[in-house]
Formats: sequence, C-alpha cells, structure tokens
Amino acid sequence: MAFDFLKTRQQRLFAILTFALLLAVLPWVLSGGFENGKSWLRAVDFALLYIMLALGLNIVVGYAGLLDLGYIAFYAVGAYLYSFLNSPHLAAVLPAWMMYPPLLVMLLLAAVVAGMFGVLLGSPTLKLRGDYLAIVTLGFGEIVRIFMNNLDRPINITNGPQGINGIAKVHLFGLDFGKPIQWLGLTFEVVHAYYYLILAFCALIIFVTLRLQHSRIGRAWVAIREDEIAASAMGINTRNIKLLAFAMGASFGGVSGALFASFQGFVSPESFVLMESVMVLCMVVLGGMGHIPGVILGAIIVSITPEILRDIINPVQNALFGKRVLDPENLRMLIFGLAMIIIMLLRPEGLWPSKRRKAEFHEHDKEAAA
Amino acid sequence: MSQALLQIKNLKVAYGGIHAVKGIDLEIQPGELVALIGANGAGKSTTLKTLVGMVKPAEGEILFKGAATNKLPVYDYVREGMVLVPEGRGIFSRLTVEENLQMGAYVRNDKAEIAADIERVFGLFPRLKERHKQLAGTLSGGEQQMVAIGRAMMSRPKLLLLDEPSMGLAPIIVQKIFEIIRMIAAEGVTMLLVEQNAKLALQTANRGYVMESGKITLADSAENLLANEAIQKAYLGE
Repeated sequence: MAFDFLKTRQQRLFAILTFALLLAVLPWVLSGGFENGKSWLRAVDFALLYIMLALGLNIVVGYAGLLDLGYIAFYAVGAYLYSFLNSPHLAAVLPAWMMYPPLLVMLLLAAVVAGMFGVLLGSPTLKLRGDYLAIVTLGFGEIVRIFMNNLDRPINITNGPQGINGIAKVHLFGLDFGKPIQWLGLTFEVVHAYYYLILAFCALIIFVTLRLQHSRIGRAWVAIREDEIAASAMGINTRNIKLLAFAMGASFGGVSGALFASFQGFVSPESFVLMESVMVLCMVVLGGMGHIPGVILGAIIVSITPEILRDIINPVQNALFGKRVLDPENLRMLIFGLAMIIIMLLRPEGLWPSKRRKAEFHEHDKEAAA
Repeated sequence: MSQALLQIKNLKVAYGGIHAVKGIDLEIQPGELVALIGANGAGKSTTLKTLVGMVKPAEGEILFKGAATNKLPVYDYVREGMVLVPEGRGIFSRLTVEENLQMGAYVRNDKAEIAADIERVFGLFPRLKERHKQLAGTLSGGEQQMVAIGRAMMSRPKLLLLDEPSMGLAPIIVQKIFEIIRMIAAEGVTMLLVEQNAKLALQTANRGYVMESGKITLADSAENLLANEAIQKAYLGE
C-alpha cells in the first residue's frame, strides 16, 4: 500500500482531518489568492461533478466490466429532470405541488429515475459484452440526446436545441444558493456555496462506492467480469446483478446531473454529447479502472488539465515566439490529447491502479521473466 | 431403500445435432462417492454440465432430492445444494484466494459461519491459508484446484460434482487432491466424480459407472469394476 506511514488510528485520523481542512479552505485560497480565482473555483466545482460521474461509470465499467459509451445520458436525465421541476419552463403544465421540490427529494428522484433508465438500457443488452455492448450503449446515449434535441414538437417538453433557461438554484436550510450568503464574516458566492454542496454529495458517493467495493455485491460484480459462467455457478443471478450495476451507475449520474443543472442554471442537449461520455470513460481508464482513488485522480486530471492549459498556453506562446502562433483552443486539445496518449502508453493500467488490475497487465511480464 | 439423492432417468443431450449423451440412467444415494469413468469424449463432462443446468437436456429426467430440476435457473442449483467444480477449475483468477472462497458462500448470509467455514477449508488446505491474500491466478495448478474444491465446499453442498480434478496436474499433486476428496467424503458429503484416471477414481469411490460414447455400459461397485478384466484392459492399462 502507498500509505504505509499511516499506521496508527491517530495518524490516519490526523491525515483525514488535515485533508478535510485543505478541502475546506481551498475555495478561499483560490478566490482570494488568484486573479481569476472564481473561474478556477468553477472548474473545481465541475471537477467534483466529474468525480461523481466517473465513480458512477466505474461501477459499470470498472467493477462489472460492462463497457458503456452512453453514460452521459444518465447525467442528461438527471439534469433535465431537475430543470423540468425547477424552472418556469413547465410550471404552467405541471401541478404546483410537483414544482420546486426540496433538494433531497429532488436528488432522490433524480437517482431513481436515472436508475430506471439504467435498467432500460441494461435489460436489452444483458447478453452483450465488449465491443457489441459499447455500440448499443453509444446508440442509447445518442438516442437520449436526440430526444432532448427534438422533443420541442409536437408538445414542447425539452425546448429542443435552445435548452431550458432560468433554472432555480438550490434552496437548503432556508438559504438561497443563488445569492451570495453572508456567514461568519465571509461572503459565500454561488461558486463557493456550490463547492461545499457538491463536495458533500461527492463525499457521500465516495463513501457508498467504498462500501460497495468490499461488499458481497461488489465481489459479485468482479466475479461476473472475470467469468460469467463460473459466477452463475456460484449462485449469482447474473442478470439481476448486472442490472443493478447499470442502475447504480446511472443513479450516480442522475444525482450529479441534477446538481449540474442547478449549478449551471441552464441545460441544453449540447452538454450531453458523445464526447462527454468518452471523457468520463477516459477519467476511469486513465485513473485506474475499478480503483476508487485512481478514478478520482483521473477525473481531476482530465477535467482540470484543459483549464490549466487554457491559462498558460498564451503566456507560453508569447514567451517563446513573441506572438500567438497557434489558436490556443486547438493547441490546448492537442496537448491534452497527446498527454493522454503518453500516459496510456506508459501506464496502460492507469495512473493509480488497483492491485487486481496491475496483476492483469503485468502477469505476462512475470511469465516472460519466469 | 431410502430415496436417492440424485436420480437420472433416460437422459439424452444433444449439441447441434450431435448426440453427446444417448439415454443414461444413474443414481446416487446420500453419502456415496460415485465415480463416472470413461474415455475422452464419452459424454462425462456433458452429463455433469447438464446436471447443474448449464446444458439443457433433450430428453429424460433429473431428480434431485426427489424433485425435477429442469425448471431451475443455473444460479439456483447452488441454493438447492448441488455444486460443480468445473473442468479446468473455473476459479476467479483476479480475486484473492480468500475472496474466491467467499464467492463460494455467495448464497449464504451467516457471516460468522462463513468465516468458520473458511477456516475449515484452510484446515483442509493449509497451503491456501498461507496464500489467502494472493490473487488466485498466480497460484500453481494444484493450488488452483484446491481453491476450486474449497470454493465449492463453501456453499455446504449436499452433492458435490467434480469434473476431472486430476487434469493437468503432476502425479504427486493428484495424490494429494484425492486424499482431500477422501477426507471430504469422510465428512459425509455425497460426490459424483468424473475422471479419466479410472484407477485412482475407482480406488476412491464406493461405486462406479463406465460411460462409452454417450451410454453407460457398466455399473457396479468400485471393487468389482477394479477386478473386471475388460475394465482393466480398457481403462486401467494392465
């Protein structure tokens, strides 16, 4: 283990407290210490949302071994569900008691509905694996997006490509997250308040996945990934357990989608394109499939790096050539893509893989040495 | 006579037009260790796979504890108490030894007893105890076979089906595995043992069936089969 120095309980507790303190002061360091700190904090907020997404996809891909290329559809389901119930868009049509539900009810609803979509995707694909499953899930993701793009006719449900505007911010403990909140002499602006809100749910999801990993269900997922026939011979109802993986992964996506919609205040089909599914999959693979710390690391790197590059590319270009040689937007994605290729070549098992995954990649090395 | 634990009546199995099993009858009483021997391709493994529902029979009846099993889904056989240790072992190579054993107890919910049973398996296979944290795929063939048998034991089976436990193992390891099989039998677990190593199988079993191209040609006590000249010629290499 990488944390051998954390031997005693006190040491571990101390490390956790220090880490929590760092996370607590991070927004103030960013917004106080840097010129465009608030946009940095915004990027961190999005990174947290991506961590939730990546952990959800990790259940499907990392644990159960089901390659899902349409994962962003569940994010979309959560986001649109939040938008329907928390914006004026459908307020005239829906009964008043349904509108503006309390946050926890809303998120639970998002989890359940997205989970149902997960089962919807899972049930026809139970017999598929690998490439074939990837194609079907890719199609599913696109179908959801195209529905959102076109359901403005004949009845306007999603408002089509224009998307839904005026989505209300979260109200929690009587506080309106849409306005700056004064507390303890500090001003919590929207990005600050959302940072803590998303962080809390992120922590919850991390806790749930940690518990799942070493549970009976977690082992069943890995067993199915290993050998489906042997798994069913052990008494695992492979159909239900696979559906559970789809549903659980999807529900994480739904929760983070709902938080996304409320944070952004605006949703449109453009946020849920195939590229987003691919990015989330990159986070999982690059970090270390099936390994929670790895997946978190992957999500942070993949979501933050483009933002860092955005800030440093122009100064670097100016310093090197004295002028702007290349369009920064293209160059940014080029460098980012290159970095991912290099990482995958050097560490195909991911940056921070689990013991299990490492063994998968290196058993041939050992055979060669023997 | 007491009710048979397992009864097979006129079982026929066909894969894509090829008749692998052509109508066999077989019976196992509680507490027995029965060997099913025969050459490669005689239909022994197919019979076992059909018994645990992995292959559907074309005709005939399988009664386990007096009830027909043909409606059971594959994953319910363990709950009923019938477990197969498959040919080539079928262990989860990227789970640790201990996790493999826990998978064997997947259908059980009694945590304390599962832990006790893991210790019991470690008692049978001290080698596995030393390696309980190791990924099962990194073990030797014999140790993997031990994991497979130990894992099957974890469900507390009423009937244990063993498919070629000696396959691909060094003779000294084979002896060891058969010693364990005898120990498990002594604990009262009923077993059906499919083997190509006919001599060893018959020396271990109470009764034996001989299978030839999809049919059972002989059924007798293990001693009689060992003494049978035709069997000696065909299977025991004497």
